[in-house]
Amino acid sequence: MDLSRKWLNEFVDLPLSEVDDRSFAEAMSVSGSKVEVTEDLSERIKNIVVGRIVKLEKHPNSDHMLVVLVDVGEGEPRQICTGAWNVHVGDLVPTALHNALLPNGTKIMRGKLRGVKSDGMLCSLKELGMTTHDFPYAVIKPAALLNDYHPLDPAKPSISADIKAGDKIFGKVVAAAVKAIAPAGVNLWDTVLDIGESDVESVFDCQNLHEGDLVAYDTAKNRVLTPEDLRAKQEEFPNCITDGILILHEDCKPGDDVGVLLGMDDHVVEFEITPNRPDCLCMIGLARETAVTFNKPLKLHEPVVKAEAGGDISDCAKIVIEDPLCVRYTARMVKNVKIAPSPAWMRERIRNAGMRPINNIVDITNYVMLEYGQPMHAFDFACVKDGEIHVRCAREGETIQTLDGTARQLSTNMLCICDTEKPVGVAGVMGGANSEIVGDTGMVLFESANFNGASIRRTATSLGMRTDASGRYEKGLDPQNTWPAVQRACELIELLGAGEVVPGVIDVLSEPLKETTLKLEPDRINALLGTDVSEAQMRDILERLGFTLEGDIIHVPSWRADVEHYSDIAEEVARFYGYNEIPIQFAGGQTTAGGYSERQQLERRIGQCCRSMGLDEIITYSFISPSYYDKIRWAPDDPRRDSLRILNPLGEDTSIMRTTVLPSMLEILTRNYNYRNKEACLYEIGRIYLKRPDGMADEPRIVSLGAYGEKIDFFVLKGWVEAILKDLGAARPRFTAEKANPSYHPGRCAKVWVGDVCVGVLGQIHPLTALNYGVDAAFYCAELSFDALDAVKGARPVYKPLPRYPSVTRDISVVCAASVPVGEMVDCILADGGEYLTDCRLFDVYTGGRIAGGMKSVAFSLTIRSDDQTLTDAHAEETVAKVLKALGEKFGAVMR
Amino acid sequence: MKELMQNLREASLRAIAESESPESVEALRIRYLGKKGELTAILHQMGKLSPEERPVMGQLANQLRSEIEQAIELRKTMLGKLMLEKKLETEAVDVTMPGVEQPSGHKHPMYNVLDQIKDIFIGMGYEIVDGPEVELSEYNFTKLNIDESHPSRDWTDTFYFDEDARVCLRTQTSPMQVHAMETKPLPIRMIAPGRVYRKDEVDATHSPMFHQIEGMVIDKGITMADLKATLNLVVEQIYGAGTRTRFRPHHFPFTEPSCELDIACHKCGGKGCPTCKGEGWIEVLGAGMVHPKVLAGCGIDPDVYSGWAFGMGLERLAMGEYKITDLRLIFENDVRFLEQF
Repeated sequence: MDLSRKWLNEFVDLPLSEVDDRSFAEAMSVSGSKVEVTEDLSERIKNIVVGRIVKLEKHPNSDHMLVVLVDVGEGEPRQICTGAWNVHVGDLVPTALHNALLPNGTKIMRGKLRGVKSDGMLCSLKELGMTTHDFPYAVIKPAALLNDYHPLDPAKPSISADIKAGDKIFGKVVAAAVKAIAPAGVNLWDTVLDIGESDVESVFDCQNLHEGDLVAYDTAKNRVLTPEDLRAKQEEFPNCITDGILILHEDCKPGDDVGVLLGMDDHVVEFEITPNRPDCLCMIGLARETAVTFNKPLKLHEPVVKAEAGGDISDCAKIVIEDPLCVRYTARMVKNVKIAPSPAWMRERIRNAGMRPINNIVDITNYVMLEYGQPMHAFDFACVKDGEIHVRCAREGETIQTLDGTARQLSTNMLCICDTEKPVGVAGVMGGANSEIVGDTGMVLFESANFNGASIRRTATSLGMRTDASGRYEKGLDPQNTWPAVQRACELIELLGAGEVVPGVIDVLSEPLKETTLKLEPDRINALLGTDVSEAQMRDILERLGFTLEGDIIHVPSWRADVEHYSDIAEEVARFYGYNEIPIQFAGGQTTAGGYSERQQLERRIGQCCRSMGLDEIITYSFISPSYYDKIRWAPDDPRRDSLRILNPLGEDTSIMRTTVLPSMLEILTRNYNYRNKEACLYEIGRIYLKRPDGMADEPRIVSLGAYGEKIDFFVLKGWVEAILKDLGAARPRFTAEKANPSYHPGRCAKVWVGDVCVGVLGQIHPLTALNYGVDAAFYCAELSFDALDAVKGARPVYKPLPRYPSVTRDISVVCAASVPVGEMVDCILADGGEYLTDCRLFDVYTGGRIAGGMKSVAFSLTIRSDDQTLTDAHAEETVAKVLKALGEKFGAVMR
Repeated sequence: MKELMQNLREASLRAIAESESPESVEALRIRYLGKKGELTAILHQMGKLSPEERPVMGQLANQLRSEIEQAIELRKTMLGKLMLEKKLETEAVDVTMPGVEQPSGHKHPMYNVLDQIKDIFIGMGYEIVDGPEVELSEYNFTKLNIDESHPSRDWTDTFYFDEDARVCLRTQTSPMQVHAMETKPLPIRMIAPGRVYRKDEVDATHSPMFHQIEGMVIDKGITMADLKATLNLVVEQIYGAGTRTRFRPHHFPFTEPSCELDIACHKCGGKGCPTCKGEGWIEVLGAGMVHPKVLAGCGIDPDVYSGWAFGMGLERLAMGEYKITDLRLIFENDVRFLEQF
């Protein structure tokens, strides 16, 4: 919402000299109306003044430029060159002086144009950042000047170069010379034309006529013809164009600041209004907040309508609410409407509020919306069949062409304004083209209605057309506001002379309006805020905001539908007592222990362990594309593909909730690989989302590891997994070869177990999986279940006495079939090595050479120790014998 | 004989002083003091002396022996020291050569910041609460006093899993307020950080998945003054002691009164600059007193208990902390980015 400080002064006496922009923004922001930004409009336009043209002659070195002398209120006129032909001696024109700034950021400097001094520039409408909506009288209609004729083919001119006054051009059209010309009103000139044998005197509306010009004159219609009338191309009359200098018809004199004239002597404040305060989306609402914030009186005006046309609205119009989605419909009628531009002050206010002026009727509806916050609509009543308005939902198959020219298919939950047979507007969103105000509109029905906000929002959203009106309606407007708003519109009609207001108001309610009352509970409010605000101060704040109090009953004003609870009253009090005046005071209360839960501690511990091994933490999206399951080579019927599907995803790539972290990790590894990072070692403790029968998800966490690089191989990855388990104090893990996982290399993948619990899977990514990511490199990944890690983690360690007797080591080397897993051999050794065997480490695996094909040599280092004696060689030999026996029996291994 | 001893003394002490290795010193010891050594040889001649001379000479001989012994020990110690010095010299390394590289993993920068916040709250007796991301609309919206027609429920804003819009991806961590109130014993002091999801296209400041931190206190006698005191303390710990704050009225359906907390722009100190878009203040978080309707809806009597809650965005905080200019970097996980923190 844009607020003009100039307009605000009409309601609250708060000149810029008293409260500057910064103080205003600060005070309003801390009282609840957040100021986004303030713009001093005068900064956009500088050094442009009103000039009066005192002399005008042809440029000596140009066939199309003019040299003018302009009185800019300095005594001595300035000489300026211009290419526009619509200026005349006596015209008031916007004159950019040396060092002027135009709204588009252009700077104007004095200089020379084709050798002639030009001390500034005359400005067009466009150069001032305006359109003909802002200055409707600035529409330029050029005459086709025969002295500007440039034939398309110089060999075959349509008009001969030596044509003179009185020569026939075609039909009744003759060449005519301008003998004398004098202004005769806005865009009108009293002109004497020499048409050869006689002179004609008449008033013409072409702005580019000057004494001595030769024009095409239609003797039958008494008209000076334009290039368009002659069906000529623009290049045939290159200087007879619809562009030119803005000729001012305002109350101004040479030297006046054009910025002021355009209403740019204003500061515009942009507010961020929270959705609970639609009452602040207008001048009066913000003025009320301003008045309370600065402790000033609020000056409100009660509209007065004379309604001097005869009859009564009820004689010619009938309004029926057929659907309670329309809460209230208030209407007035205006007849003998005269469509015209609205006055400068209204256009200026509309412009500074960020809207575009159109014509008096449309501008009045917009002006009232800006002032009162009540959207209004004006119907051409002649187009309302049978003079009846029915507010109902659209019927099956109904369509409407809205004012923006688009045909809209309506659905049966869309509230519409209809006549007896068809919709003439989409309620609260946009009017219909079939009842649009046009130049010859005679009777206008002003609609000032209140609709159900949610319904308007649904309609606007499904039609894809959020308008100024729907944006307000959807937040829920004050149903009491329809009456004063329609009155104000009619008052403005009379003020502008835009028509005659018909006596009487039609006001239909679908249900009686309700009032909210609350009890003033000062102690409760202070207890909630932690303050000591007096009851008197609370009452004062509430009354200034428009609440009325009877004893301790608070009557909530109709525009404050957001206030429905004592805590809302507390907020009103707090806002104007000052949030920043509320003390800073700990409540104390019961002490709570706080801290991390056991699972959170576990998560932190795993993260710490990963980082200590050099892994970097990543964060990946929880949603993936269903095609990612193909990329990791899951079978088409893999049950894990059954994912929660987002019905309205941003795109395919983020359309389902992942049931595996693998694609997320592979995506990040691939990205790093493609960025030519030599190595990446990554981890994430992320969730997967497993569909539950109730439509929700189980969201278990997965510890996801991923890496590639020169130093990374299967056993580095395995080392990480082992280190994590060891850090958690888990029992010794077992690794079993996993050939069936389609994502992983069938010979380099393992499941990791602790006891009976499968903790997860690890391995090298299958080369075909990697290929699906466009990568020809070895990626290593592990997926460990956080819940499993939690289940297998060790209890708090208990101190074991340090060994008092030395240990003995024995190395053994056995030969066995190459297919025997070393892990199982270690398990076997530890299980059957006897009471003194405390550790067994693999230190060599060897094939080839003297080892027979299909066999391998495996060497272990055994640690043998007792807690109560120094062991002898005999003990050691006994242990080795047990180990060899076991290995022999179980795996057919023989000592080498 | 006296003369002999005198000669031996001079010769031995000179030889010891000139010896260059522990081995040669040892050889000298044997040569002079050994069983067949020169001093012994002299002593063997004692028998030829008169009884009066013997004790005198004996004493002289003992003196000489201990003198030589001392000289030998001294020389040995000195040679040991010299040799060590020489050895150390040969062992010298180029200390400017690089050390052996150790693995060093990095926490994600955003979680660095999150951990800092968690620590602040744990220090004040708060617990950390986790909850579901696939959430019922009832918890994400309804129980938070967000009515059926609220725009945030739109399919253009929220991701849904069923046509009835019953199950969604949570759009905020605020449903954790409801979960906590429904399941935890009073009083409650908690924060709930986590992932949230909104239908925003990815750009430098938006992501369809991002993180929030929710915080809530429910106890008897909790006031807005307590909210201010706590959040001021938190802000000072994040942004430094003496950080100026401003509480500004705002609107959230589930708190009343509601506020936003601004801090004075650290770049310009509040004068207004491009960082704070000329306002002099930077918005940090939204907060407010838990709405009595929300309390009652969770089975807590608003006449007995009150509370406050806040929510803040983690990405923006981390980006500000580390001057990260593009949100996409956070989820890109380029190791060259990760290893900076």
